[in-house]
Amino acid sequence: MAAVTQTIEHVAELERYKHGFVSDIAQDFAPKGLSEATVRFISAKKGEPAWMLDWRLEAYRRWLALEEPAWARVHFPRIDYQDSYYYAAPSEKAGPKSLDEVDPELLAVYAKLGIPLKEQAVLAGVEGAPKYAVDAVFDSVSVVTTFKAELAKAGVIFCSMSEAIRDHGDLVRQYLGSVVPVSDNYFACLNSAVFSDGSFVYIPPGVRCPMELSTYFRINAAQSGQFERTLIIADQGSYVSYLEGCTAPMRDENQLHAAVVELVVLEDAEIKYSTVQNWYPGDAEGRGGIYNFVTKRADCRGDRAKVSWTQVETGSAITWKYPSCILRGAGSSGEFYSIAITNNRQQADTGTKMIHLGPNTRSRIISKGISAGHSSNTYRGLVSAHPKARGARNFTQCDSLLIGKQCAAHTTPYIEARNASAKFEHEATTTRLSDDQLFYAMQRGLSQEEAVQLLVNGFVKDVLQKLPMEFAVEAQKLVAISLEGSVG
Amino acid sequence: MLSIKNLYVAIDGKPILDGLSLDVPAGEVHAVMGPNGAGKSTLSYALAGRPGYETAAGSVTLDGEDLLALEANERAARGVFLSFQYPTEIPGVPALTFIRTAMNAQRRARGEAEISAPEFLRLARAKAATLKIDFDMLKRALNVGFSGGEKKRMEILQMAMISPRFAILDETDSGLDIDALRIVADGVNAMRSADRAMLVITHYQRLLDHIRPDRVHVLAAGRIVASGGPELAHALEREGYDKYAKAAA
Ligand SMILES: Nc1ncnc2c1ncn2[C@@H]1O[C@H](COP(=O)(O)OP(=O)(O)O)[C@@H](O)[C@H]1O
Ligand SMILES: [Mg+2]
Repeated sequence: MAAVTQTIEHVAELERYKHGFVSDIAQDFAPKGLSEATVRFISAKKGEPAWMLDWRLEAYRRWLALEEPAWARVHFPRIDYQDSYYYAAPSEKAGPKSLDEVDPELLAVYAKLGIPLKEQAVLAGVEGAPKYAVDAVFDSVSVVTTFKAELAKAGVIFCSMSEAIRDHGDLVRQYLGSVVPVSDNYFACLNSAVFSDGSFVYIPPGVRCPMELSTYFRINAAQSGQFERTLIIADQGSYVSYLEGCTAPMRDENQLHAAVVELVVLEDAEIKYSTVQNWYPGDAEGRGGIYNFVTKRADCRGDRAKVSWTQVETGSAITWKYPSCILRGAGSSGEFYSIAITNNRQQADTGTKMIHLGPNTRSRIISKGISAGHSSNTYRGLVSAHPKARGARNFTQCDSLLIGKQCAAHTTPYIEARNASAKFEHEATTTRLSDDQLFYAMQRGLSQEEAVQLLVNGFVKDVLQKLPMEFAVEAQKLVAISLEGSVG
Repeated sequence: MLSIKNLYVAIDGKPILDGLSLDVPAGEVHAVMGPNGAGKSTLSYALAGRPGYETAAGSVTLDGEDLLALEANERAARGVFLSFQYPTEIPGVPALTFIRTAMNAQRRARGEAEISAPEFLRLARAKAATLKIDFDMLKRALNVGFSGGEKKRMEILQMAMISPRFAILDETDSGLDIDALRIVADGVNAMRSADRAMLVITHYQRLLDHIRPDRVHVLAAGRIVASGGPELAHALEREGYDKYAKAAA
């Protein structure tokens, strides 16, 4: 209740896209365009071992043979892959830094974004406020990771991918590409060749990660793509809750963001992965904005492994992502909770895949799509049960809310049950925000904008509740801002 | 308090209210009765400012202030409340959240301080108790899966919480059994006061046995065709609306 009121109070103060500023920070770029030389440049910049370079080159060669996928319900002009920078990094000395070594200009950027990078400040914050550790990725590199020392005491590794490749090479080598193979799809393959940074997490057996982990991605440079790679391994009986956030400046050009996230969940372990995606969505006429073409997959390798994806997708000109769960271990379970909002000319084609391989595996999908303006919003989801997945169960609830008359919502479920004991339930609804509801709320004193927010908050409540508390409030504000001006 | 002069309202070009005039002074409760389709709900929507029910001519003022120039929420903040004939379901929004959000929106619009959470809950508990509404029901999504009678009681609860200056009750009696009718009527009667006026729209006389109106008006063919004291309601019950409908035509 408080959160609803709070949203309404705060929304008036917020601009439509408040993260749209550009920071003037000296940067190093790779030469424009994509070639084997670009891949070598990136690998050399990061001082990678030979095996990593070979892995990248293999990916690059395979990518050359792949075609951009065309099956999603999204439309955009052909991307010229030679007209972009694949590496942009603040010009500073390489290697990990302590907080006091980080460029104050950069710290100022994160302060402006409301991301706490000062451990002392976090520690000295409101009494009882939960601590969370942050890995801050600025364009192609991680600029700082907080609370590393404290996490290390618990045996938790939380660092940038670059550091992990250097310091935890064995783990990276063992798991990288094991969930999303190099040539899984066009964008994942591209990422494998040119990924620049991202976060690495390892939770040792039996450890409950002592704080929330989060990575904050920021695109700043013009004409550059961002290709980050995240790998999280939850060893037997461990638990971690992880959140990623992202923003970008307002620019007239489109920028490509092609990330890969791999989650490995071993026996009795659990990963809770939350995303608040707020890349620049482009302007009201559809100029600019991020192409968010992302591959996220979790592999429940051990028995009773658990994974849950929660996403709040409000940004990006185009979103193409299907966080998926491979339910391999017996009794493992996967959840997908999604709020996807499109306004103006935004396009989203998003959903999940629940692949039941092991016996008695369970999955649950709750998807809330909201389309406004001239946008298009597609839920695309696959639920499959293989012959060995005896007693597999899925429940899917897909709700679409339409605001206005120019937008479109589509629900495209694929269901493949290859054994008779699998039980899949699917419910879907499509409703239009009704004039009756708006008038009813306005009669009680709410402005039109407040009425839309209240009704939309009601629609997405089930999913918002799945986010960690402190992000739920943030996400709720974001939902409100994304829909500003959608009725009227 | 409320003054309606020569009001014309058309929906999709079709005239529904056809030069309606009506005055409800402060401290009084007036009843509007009329056959189905006479324009009673149209009147309530026009007063509350529903989009699509724009007025072609005439004036409506509340304590001298022009209401027609205001949006629905601005009218609400000035003290206009409508108990809907068919209350709308608000999925996912608990009744408590809805009412508190509404009260605070009105208070902000009037430049008043918001109601604190404890004060709000105290008020909600007290009003729910008098209307014999189970408090747990207020934690459910507003009107979703509520029975007809529960929805009507929830309207009166909202009225009691919001405490408007001018309330319109559109067929609040329909869908209520006799016990519920008495509870609702008691709730309405408890709100009668010298600085508040109410317009009770009803189809039947029985509500008026519980809420004694100061004046009764007959609405037929888009106009007030007869006005009188409470005895007029009894006459209507005996004789039906036919003669008024014919006279108006
Ligand atoms: N939204 C609407 N569109 C078209 N006609 C309407 C609409 N609402 C009401 N009407 C018409 O206006 C007339 C009065 O309706 P209403 O005000 O609901 O009557 P009452 O409440 O007295 O039964 C009826 O003829 C009805 O069909
Ligand atoms: Mg009516």
